Amino acid sequence: MMNAIILFVALPLFAAFLLPIMGKFFKRGFDTFIFLVVLFLIFLSLYMLIKPPAMPYVYKMGGWPLPFGITWLLDSLSVFMLFVVNLITFFAAVYSIDYMKQYTCKWKYYCLLMLLLAGLNGVALSADLFNVFIFLEITSIASYALVAYGTGREETEASFKYMVLGSVASAFILLGIAVIYAKTSTLNMFDMARAMPQGADSLKLKLFIATLFITGFGLKAALVPFHSWLPDAHPSAPAPISAMLSGVVIKVIGVYALIRIMFNIFSLNPVISELLLALGGLSMFVGVVLAIGQWDFKRLLAYHSISQIGYVVCGIALGTPLGIAGGLFHLLNHSVFKSLLFLNAGSVEYACGTRELKKLGNLKEDMPHTSWTSMVASLSIAGVPPLCGFWSKFIIIVALFQANRFFYGSLAILVGLITLGSFLKVQRYIFYRKLSGSLLKVKEAPVFMCLSMAGLAILCVLIGIFFKPILDNVLIPASQSLLGGREYFITLLGI
Amino acid sequence: MILFLMDIVLFLIGLYAVVAHRNLIKKVIGFGIIEYAVNLFFVLAGYKTGADAPIFEKNIPGMIFVDPLPQALVLTSIVIGLGVTALMVALCIRIYQHYGTFDVNRIKDLKG
Amino acid sequence: MKGMSLIVKRITRYTVGLILLFGIYIVLHGHITPGGGFAGGVIIALSFIHLMLAFGREEADKSIKENIISFGEPVGGLMFLSIALIGLAGGVFFFNFFASKGEPFSILSAGIIPLCNIAIALKVASGLFGVFVVLSLFRLSGDKKTDEIKK
Repeated sequence: MMNAIILFVALPLFAAFLLPIMGKFFKRGFDTFIFLVVLFLIFLSLYMLIKPPAMPYVYKMGGWPLPFGITWLLDSLSVFMLFVVNLITFFAAVYSIDYMKQYTCKWKYYCLLMLLLAGLNGVALSADLFNVFIFLEITSIASYALVAYGTGREETEASFKYMVLGSVASAFILLGIAVIYAKTSTLNMFDMARAMPQGADSLKLKLFIATLFITGFGLKAALVPFHSWLPDAHPSAPAPISAMLSGVVIKVIGVYALIRIMFNIFSLNPVISELLLALGGLSMFVGVVLAIGQWDFKRLLAYHSISQIGYVVCGIALGTPLGIAGGLFHLLNHSVFKSLLFLNAGSVEYACGTRELKKLGNLKEDMPHTSWTSMVASLSIAGVPPLCGFWSKFIIIVALFQANRFFYGSLAILVGLITLGSFLKVQRYIFYRKLSGSLLKVKEAPVFMCLSMAGLAILCVLIGIFFKPILDNVLIPASQSLLGGREYFITLLGI
Repeated sequence: MILFLMDIVLFLIGLYAVVAHRNLIKKVIGFGIIEYAVNLFFVLAGYKTGADAPIFEKNIPGMIFVDPLPQALVLTSIVIGLGVTALMVALCIRIYQHYGTFDVNRIKDLKG
Repeated sequence: MKGMSLIVKRITRYTVGLILLFGIYIVLHGHITPGGGFAGGVIIALSFIHLMLAFGREEADKSIKENIISFGEPVGGLMFLSIALIGLAGGVFFFNFFASKGEPFSILSAGIIPLCNIAIALKVASGLFGVFVVLSLFRLSGDKKTDEIKK
């Protein structure tokens, strides 16, 4: 049964290779095929999440014994990441059924989407540092191509910017892997944790490696000094891809890969923790300040992504159980509501042909479903109590105050308030403002787009209501595997 | 040690080309230099003085090989670099079709 | 663009087969000598590129259909993935189901590795040649009209 975890990578890859052949013979039917693939994957990940098989589970490729060969790790953290990835991909794929009718050659789009999914699942599962790098590159290359999918003026420029910075980031990550390999002579992450030199004299080496990794993964995750590509790249992609990029890609190939290395191989030392906290706080503040002046809907959302990723990093870098659980919870919530907001922006653009806030208005009557779903998402990202965003921000802020980080705690509250203001502006300008007749009668988005948005909105509310069981059953075990640190990986060596 | 330092210098030359040059094609070449520097670093990490290539040809016990694993990994990373470079060049051509120039100072529709 | 001079064409006609043969040799001996699927695939692709450079696009199009390229790539990928999936019958992904242990200097050994090499070579050869063909399709004209036609 546990052989099924290879399907997370093998099935999307299989679909991606099958699509070019299908594209020769069929004109339609790709939607159904991709829908079945993602539906199967989401049920598989849900099964893994709800009915945990003997966790943590170590999968050995080709049956090679542990320090050799390629290994995959399925523990409570990676199963959580798998669930997030497949959830957002499912909704993005459903949304694409109608949205991608604007573009030609749908199978090429689906092919790239499946490569993206395979890469993301691979990063979440790998326990071999070089394999992490390879899946990360698959993800990155697919997302470069997807950002440029429209091949217009802006898309190509944004994609080139993203590609140059992303490739430099990959080079930094590979350099970090090379330095670790030179020191430990192994690529298996468990063995690496064992062979990592400890003690005071190894601090310089650790800081050198950590700097390389933080530069690389920070560029991929768009933490603030490295954020300049994100506000261009994310708005230029087609809407479902913006949702994927903001919702999961920056988290999985940025934050998740970084925290795996920092916690489980290095077992977080105070200097790195302080550095990550500072980066997180900076992204939180700068992102939201830059978002205030934006009048392009998707661009505004992209700046808010930078700000919210700052919350996630702040919470996790704290290193306390509550902080890590809050950070992971915010990771889940942010992928749900930010994807929803990007899908909303996609429907507004689909219906009206523009995403300039100043030209829009009065869409509440014309687009009721888009309106209510975006209301839920906006309140959720702003942290209004019964919805999901409130609980995760609340937990992060409480954790910051508990750890006597009063500065970061008050910064988080301030940023939350500015976020609320910014999203009230969005709601007013797009949906509630009375505009005298410049917009013609616009139609509501097609049915699959509405279904996808409604699904995510309901999920927002449900997570907000049932936050306690989710926290106890999913997030606390997931944070345990990070808190276990180096020793946790060393014990896995024996399995 | 001097080899590693020279390699880091090569890395920084590539980084300078990516950051400072205004021509898109030169940026791509700069990325290529970064790529080679990292690959070279990886191969150097597995190098031993006086050791043979890791090919099993003579049945002599106690032969000293250089570490073969980095070489396999570098091959993989070269393939990845090939893919990224091809995509970059294709995109450069697209950008030229739209803007009629390779100069980054004149390609600024977006204000990142 | 009618290709290069007569000397180049003549020499190409003699050497291109040898290059192709050498590529196939590298692929098939990948598990016992240095080389393998990627290196051999690149050499195979280079032989096609050689043909294209010497004779020009139009001539090369007659002998190499683009359909073959766009089929080769997914088929290579599917083949590699299927070999890995068949390993599930032996219990794990990528299980070497033919042989337990490789034997030096013998071609029929090492289980699935030669098959994997062939799959990789198919994918790399068609992929690399595809990249070359696609990049040579672009024309650096810079005006909007050709851009719209290609969409």
